[in-house]
Amino acid sequence: MSTLVKFKIDGVECMAERGTYIVEAARENGIYIPTLCNIRGVKPRGSCRICTVLVNSRPMSACTTPVTDGMEIINDTPEINDTRKSIIEVLFVEGNHFCPSCEKSGNCELQALAYRFQMMVPRFPYIFPNKTVDASNPKIIKDHNRCILCKRCIRAIKTDDGKNVFAFKKRGMKLEIIIDPELGDNFTDELAQKAVEICPVGAILPREKGYQIPIGKRKYDQVVIGSDIEKK
Amino acid sequence: MSKPIVATTSLAGCFGCHMSILDIDEKILDLIELVEFNKSPIDDIKTFTKKCDIGLIEGGCCNSENIHVLKDFRKNCKILVSVGECAIMGGLPALRNGIPIKECLDEAYINGPSVQHNPKGIIPNDDELPMLLDRVYPCHEIVKIDYYLPGCPPRAELIWNALVALVTGDELKLPYEVVKFD
Repeated sequence: MSTLVKFKIDGVECMAERGTYIVEAARENGIYIPTLCNIRGVKPRGSCRICTVLVNSRPMSACTTPVTDGMEIINDTPEINDTRKSIIEVLFVEGNHFCPSCEKSGNCELQALAYRFQMMVPRFPYIFPNKTVDASNPKIIKDHNRCILCKRCIRAIKTDDGKNVFAFKKRGMKLEIIIDPELGDNFTDELAQKAVEICPVGAILPREKGYQIPIGKRKYDQVVIGSDIEKK
Repeated sequence: MSKPIVATTSLAGCFGCHMSILDIDEKILDLIELVEFNKSPIDDIKTFTKKCDIGLIEGGCCNSENIHVLKDFRKNCKILVSVGECAIMGGLPALRNGIPIKECLDEAYINGPSVQHNPKGIIPNDDELPMLLDRVYPCHEIVKIDYYLPGCPPRAELIWNALVALVTGDELKLPYEVVKFD
């Protein structure tokens, strides 16, 4: 028996393996659903809600909802895209995102999504929260000003024996990422590099490196985020 | 019909956005055909001599003089445009927003490594000097701003496209490459 299911995204007939999350199923069918906290191959978390779609007219996060037979998904409408844009704007005002001086600028997924949705100015007032920079680790620098608390590093960075290196500390507006002191001090170069790459913003940075790719040649300088999926 | 009148100013900015206006190269000849400049560092007119159609604001508000100038622009310009990251979100001057004002002044005039000679520990404080604000404010938190052009600086093409769209009433062209935050 075939395990393929049929469903529709914005009226387009699509097919995917039963149990595939909507984001992945859409990708296989050449449709881009914007994501931020999601990482391919790691259990989804659904914390940022940028992938919100209407599933049979109810808003659901596309990264955590599996496709089922006959599902009607609405993805690309002005209303949904404005909701996504407003989430990005919230993330911009909640942190201290100084793009002009950020090492990650041009390779930053938050910024790339803002470009995609043509954010000219956030509709919310800036908070300018008091956040710190933690440079105590020998391999990486943590800048809490830029952290969007997507939990990517917590979910994806694990030691060989499966221990989490990153964790959350405190709650609410004070919530921040911490590194396990012991595991963090014994960071392998590989794992540190992975942590830097997995961070969608410039909150986890490598030491003694920065601004290595010139403006114009960075990941999102010329190419819209998601266009690699849409081309297929 | 007379040409639309443009005024520009740099508040808490670095004049980089004005440099970017000049970066339109030979199109500057088209620009002076298209618009007339009034109060602006470009023609060095210091005060408004007539009502203007478009005001381009570079930089955010870090002191009382910035607020005064910005309100003056709002009064004299029909359309105000925030040009660049500093006008839109405070930009690099806003890096001080998490630091108490006393600490900033102490660092600048007393404790800083570049302070050469200030034995009495004087921090400048005179009626003639603009007062620093408690933090740096984006322009749209002080007055109503009509349009925003992000970038550090905004690409010359973006400023040019926006000016032409405002003057001619045509739709603004926004190619992906020209809207950047850095």
